[in-house]
Amino acid sequence: MKVNRNRSFYYIREGISSIFAHGLMSFASICIIVAFLIIMGSFIMLALNINALIGVLESENIILAYVHESLSESDARALEPRIRAIHNISSATFISREEAMQSFARRFSDSNMFEDIDVTIFRHRYAIYVEDVSQIVQTQETLRNIRELGNINANHAIAQTLVSVRNVVTWISVIIIAVLLVISLFIMQNTIKLATYERREEIALMKMVGATNAFIRWPFIIEGFILGMTGSILAYAAVRGLYELAASNMFLFEGGFFSLITFSTSISIPIFLLFIGIGFAVGVGGSVIALNRYLKV
Amino acid sequence: MIRMVDVFKEYSNGVKALKGVSFELNAGEFAFLVGPSGSGKSTIISLLVGEIAPTDGLVIVNGQDMDNIKMRKMPYLRRTIGTIFQNFRLIEYKSVYENVAFAMRVIGAANRDIRQRVPYVLELVGLEYKAKSKPDELSGGEQQRVAIARALVNNPKLIIADEPTGNLDPARSLEILLLLKKINELGTTVLVVTHEKPLVDQFSQRVIAIDGGRIVSDAMDRYYNYESQ
Ligand SMILES: Nc1ncnc2c1ncn2[C@@H]1O[C@H](COP(=O)(O)OP(=O)(O)OP(=O)(O)O)[C@@H](O)[C@H]1O
Ligand SMILES: [Mg+2]
Repeated sequence: MKVNRNRSFYYIREGISSIFAHGLMSFASICIIVAFLIIMGSFIMLALNINALIGVLESENIILAYVHESLSESDARALEPRIRAIHNISSATFISREEAMQSFARRFSDSNMFEDIDVTIFRHRYAIYVEDVSQIVQTQETLRNIRELGNINANHAIAQTLVSVRNVVTWISVIIIAVLLVISLFIMQNTIKLATYERREEIALMKMVGATNAFIRWPFIIEGFILGMTGSILAYAAVRGLYELAASNMFLFEGGFFSLITFSTSISIPIFLLFIGIGFAVGVGGSVIALNRYLKV
Repeated sequence: MIRMVDVFKEYSNGVKALKGVSFELNAGEFAFLVGPSGSGKSTIISLLVGEIAPTDGLVIVNGQDMDNIKMRKMPYLRRTIGTIFQNFRLIEYKSVYENVAFAMRVIGAANRDIRQRVPYVLELVGLEYKAKSKPDELSGGEQQRVAIARALVNNPKLIIADEPTGNLDPARSLEILLLLKKINELGTTVLVVTHEKPLVDQFSQRVIAIDGGRIVSDAMDRYYNYESQ
């Protein structure tokens, strides 16, 4: 027990002192991890924002179904259950002609041009939200079967574009993240190979004085662990800091229709865990794999 | 302790370093291994510590057939051997003290024992005042003495020394050889590689001579006079 504690202290001390003894190599390894994770993090944030933007656009992409002028307000309201029963429709909100006019007038609040307009030029209408924009055409066709409805307006072009943009973004995200992972593994493997190559004589000497593989490996594992964790924590701080800076600048455009999503815990925790995971895999996994070839003596 | 039977070694570049070497060194024996440069002396040492494998033949060290030993057992065999390498092989970023202490940490020695033993062996090789220096702050001879201290520190059953006096002045050389002789008298088997004839001549010892990868002489008190040097 006493010997074991001595050992653990020794491994930790060795791991730490080796980081400083090979300062340049340690610095290079951390830089590579940080650079890679910042690129990956920026890309993830970009993809999340594009996705959120598409979500916003989709939610605004409603079908406006105008009710025939001949129907009274109560008859018009009575259509709601029939509309809701249609497949793919998530909600249908009745908007009376008065409400329509008020909301229209509100958008142009500084002008009083609507003051004496007759409310009957507006029609009662339903704002209909769909579950899946890609099926918007079929949904629109089904709505036409309701005779009491007049024009049914849906912007197919925008709906189609949104669907394809989302698909493209999803695929590009998957591909880029996969490529980044492969590149990072390759770079890290080479960095670690270089670091262990630099120390191959030291490793060979350890073996010659009777060190077990575990004895040689542990300091490297601790070293890799510390470098990997340092890299991922620095990268996380950088990504978060940079993102929040960018998000606060976007605030200027809040009058516009979109601002950057906030770095909430539902985003920060998975990203933090992902970074820590990659830092661990690259730091510890990489050094174990790179060491193995020198331990076969 | 050491047994080589008809050992051949051909390096991957085709150099035939050993061409049928056989000799035996019993427990408690002391012998010099002499021969010109390139004759195969360091190759024999690499085979004895299992750093390389023979192309053919049998190598037995401290009762273990080096060809059949399990990888798992190799570290424990190596702990019974104290090796002084021709090029010292010190860890350059560790202090003199740590380079020696290191060999004790490897075998799991307690800190208390390390603190007692390391200063003792450093004093034995006359380097106690350099304990805190790094190898690159030392002269060649001083580095050599650190390597010797490291080989001695665990009280190995067998000491294999490759040119342990190659960088020392004659007085130091003699001192180191007398030290190895004394250790031998306390029961340790010792094999010393050297090509310093004047030094070997001062001892009445077994001398194994090798030339061109073959043993050319193996006798008491007789230093084979090889030509090429
Ligand atoms: N790793 C190696 N790969 C290829 N050839 C080698 C290797 N090590 C040694 N040799 C060759 O094997 C032969 C014997 O070398 P060795 O180092 O055993 O000689 P030595 O007797 O120790 O010489 P010296 O007195 O100069 O140290 C030499 O021809 C050398 O060039
Ligand atoms: Mg040699």
